[in-house]
Amino acid sequence: MTDTTSQPITPQNRRNLFQQLELDVRLLGMIGAFIILCIGFNLVTDGRFLTPRNIFNLTIQTVSVAIMASGMVFVIVTRHIDLSVGALLATCSAVMAMTQTEFVPNILGLGLNHPITWIVAIVVGLVTGTLIGAFHGWMVGYLTIPAFIVTLGGFLVWRNVAWYLTDGQTIGPLDSTFMMFGGTNGTLGTSLSWILGLVATALALLTLWNSRRAKLAHEFPVKPLWAEGALAVIISGAILGFVAILNAYEIPSRRLARMFEARGEVMPEGFTQGYGLPISVLILIAVAVVMTIVARRTRLGRYIFATGGNPDAAELSGINTRLLTVKIFAIMGFLCALSAVVASARLANHSNDIGTLDELRVIAAAVIGGTALSGGFGTIYGAILGALIMQSLQSGMAMVGVDAPFQNIVVGSVLVAAVFIDIVYRKRVGAK
Amino acid sequence: MTTPKELRASGATPMVEMNNISISFGGIKAVDDVSVDLHPGEVVGLLGHNGAGKSTLIKVLSGAYKMDSGEIRINGNKVEITNPRDARSHNIETIYQTLALADNLDAASNLFLGREIVTATGLVNDAAMEAECRKIMGRLNPNFRKFNEPVSALSGGQRQSVAIARAVYFNAKILIMDEPTAALGPHETQMVAELIQQLKAQGIGIFLIDHDVHAVMELCDRASVMKNGQLVGTVDIDDVTDDDLLSMIILGKKPGEAAA
Repeated sequence: MTDTTSQPITPQNRRNLFQQLELDVRLLGMIGAFIILCIGFNLVTDGRFLTPRNIFNLTIQTVSVAIMASGMVFVIVTRHIDLSVGALLATCSAVMAMTQTEFVPNILGLGLNHPITWIVAIVVGLVTGTLIGAFHGWMVGYLTIPAFIVTLGGFLVWRNVAWYLTDGQTIGPLDSTFMMFGGTNGTLGTSLSWILGLVATALALLTLWNSRRAKLAHEFPVKPLWAEGALAVIISGAILGFVAILNAYEIPSRRLARMFEARGEVMPEGFTQGYGLPISVLILIAVAVVMTIVARRTRLGRYIFATGGNPDAAELSGINTRLLTVKIFAIMGFLCALSAVVASARLANHSNDIGTLDELRVIAAAVIGGTALSGGFGTIYGAILGALIMQSLQSGMAMVGVDAPFQNIVVGSVLVAAVFIDIVYRKRVGAK
Repeated sequence: MTTPKELRASGATPMVEMNNISISFGGIKAVDDVSVDLHPGEVVGLLGHNGAGKSTLIKVLSGAYKMDSGEIRINGNKVEITNPRDARSHNIETIYQTLALADNLDAASNLFLGREIVTATGLVNDAAMEAECRKIMGRLNPNFRKFNEPVSALSGGQRQSVAIARAVYFNAKILIMDEPTAALGPHETQMVAELIQQLKAQGIGIFLIDHDVHAVMELCDRASVMKNGQLVGTVDIDDVTDDDLLSMIILGKKPGEAAA
């Protein structure tokens, strides 16, 4: 065995606790801000903010923006921007709504709520989103039209394509299986949620262990064991705590009674059931995990960050930066379509104004989450946390009773202030 | 061992021949019918004022620019180089004036950029790349320590050693160095000079673009001088003085011509 004290590479400047834990100071700052925000709102609302019910709602409201924000990270990291995500979401939502209310029931003649409807609708939607995104990317990469212009045009085009497709009407109700992707209508229930929570915890701990082993195998410096242990405890606590909270939110008894009636049964007296993890949140978690792996462990991710850091260097290193741009925007388009599934399913219909202002929320989430507009820096978890902070701020203010105009004034100011703090922080630590 | 000079005298096929290369941008001939060649273990200096066309000429070889006319031969065989990937496939590596590093990535990521080591599942193998990076940096620049920081945190010399490591690691046969010492202090410049000698001894052919006549006199076997996109001439360093080279650069005349 290698004696850790005689390793050739000794960490020299590991002074403080944060460095020992190898945690991102920026991430800690954001989590700190988020916690202060939550506790603040909780105090002002006499404990109504941090109830299982509100946390459940906050979570499902965040999903749609958070999914798109994770794609926006790649776009902004490569020094582009996408102003069309809300409009693209609307087009994908309209296409899916028409597929499940017109195409499958009437044109294919399968009727409403056919078992294949939801999957057909989602596949059509995802393909539409990916193709439109790839088309944007082609115009940016190969025709060298600035992304700002391409997506500003797309903002108008896709918003109105959605309008045209639906004649501006609200399309609904959507397919009953499809609506399970929205949140309240599709949850796992308590036992399955616990099982998933435990599996996720086990996977997280296994990942930690493996990365430590890989470092030791190459004799790289590793964190002290206590730090590794502390991190493991924090991660397990966070995952299981989250599951516990979502399980604690109980389905209203009248709703439960209706569910029993639908199955032709009678609800036993005093029966209660928690919601558990919503399917939409599982989708977000899957997106977050996949996008993080893409960002950190694939060539595609490496090239995205290299191109963001120095486009010329990337090109000279033999990276096909044009094709890369197409891929990035295609991913963005795919995620817009996925968000459209969640957003329209949550509303139970497609409305003409779905996704309005989402482009700004998504960009704000990515930027608050530490994605630098100058390119090269950004994390997926940061963007998702950014989306959560924005949503908490918005719904917290609504709960406190802040007037609607002031809500937007505050959100706008917070965005500017967050970027300013970020600039000061980067100057302090000497990063670009 | 045969010296590059003997190789040339014996009429051996050069490793690189760039024949009658022309390239123009918006009607201006940046490179006008220029021919240069390079033998194994030889350092050929490319000299000239800013805008003389030396960087443009060499970017044709590294695949960054496409030539309008002319041909490139590697070991006597005509090749097509239309992008940096083509150049790399002929073992041509370039160290750019601007270093061409992604500042936000660490040394290992830059070293392997475009040619990452991947695991069996196709994921990037950072640990293996860092290990390889530590190995080669140990050879090139033993004082290098900052393996886990973005290269923006490195000094000019450290960045240069990352750029050079990239060329050396992938077994370059033909190395293009575009003002490799422009951003460096005296000590680091000396380090690069020693490295060039080391690479030369391994039989690598080097095109060295430089402003500094003294550096060229010290490091190169031959020098090709350009002015206004045209080749003034190629001379053997042993046959000329600093002043001869300077007058070629400034007046655009080969030694002897001025006197005649």
